[in-house]
Amino acid sequence: MTSNMNIPIICEWDIVAARQAGRDAARKLSFSIVDQARITTAISELARNIYLYALPGNIILEQIEEQNKIGLKITAVDKGPGIKDIKLALEDGYTTSGGLGAGVPGVKRLMDDFSIDSVVGEGTKITAVKWLKK
Amino acid sequence: MRIPILKLNNLLLVSIQIELDDQSALQLQEDLLEKIHQTTAGGVVIDLTSLDMIDSFIAKVLGDIVSMSGLMGSQVVLTGIQPAVAITLIELGINLNEANTAIDLEKGIQILNQSGVQ
Repeated sequence: MTSNMNIPIICEWDIVAARQAGRDAARKLSFSIVDQARITTAISELARNIYLYALPGNIILEQIEEQNKIGLKITAVDKGPGIKDIKLALEDGYTTSGGLGAGVPGVKRLMDDFSIDSVVGEGTKITAVKWLKK
Repeated sequence: MRIPILKLNNLLLVSIQIELDDQSALQLQEDLLEKIHQTTAGGVVIDLTSLDMIDSFIAKVLGDIVSMSGLMGSQVVLTGIQPAVAITLIELGINLNEANTAIDLEKGIQILNQSGVQ
């Protein structure tokens, strides 16, 4: 991946587009098959979160480097309603949409680094990084 | 996109060969239940060999298909889940406990045959 990718999430199909971009990026960086699945799934969960709760938003994919490590960073940003209770949103099984409630807490487990910033009424930014194992 | 559903004696076979978007997953749910109703098939094998990821939404739809078909009296077996997909699903916190699974299509059909669905 030479340049960063920015995928706008506007309609349901954009979830698939974000997923495909993530799969391509993970392959190019030579992530293992399992890590490719983790990355693709994490992107799908984050993109769906935007689609369900916080349209419009973006999924940004970047190759990053830190202390000789290469990683793929996923940033999900939206200008949605924000998350009132982040702790609750990170609890397994918590959902307001009738889903499995596995999405956001699941992403945290699938990825190596995870952070979430949210301001009610302004939006949410979630970043997640997978590091390439040497 | 419509996923084809094949009939083999008293079984229905589904092989998902496309990048599964939400609409296609929901369409499959509807089409499959309708087909079970039409054919009175006693069992269904859904082969997932080609899927390189299953997220929480697709997992929910698959779980629902299993439960809904069960309500109608048709037994579903999910087959061919890839190692990376199994790892990712469990890490996500999804175990699809209700679903019968088998390593491949052949074993899936065997399971149904053994439970009397020919």
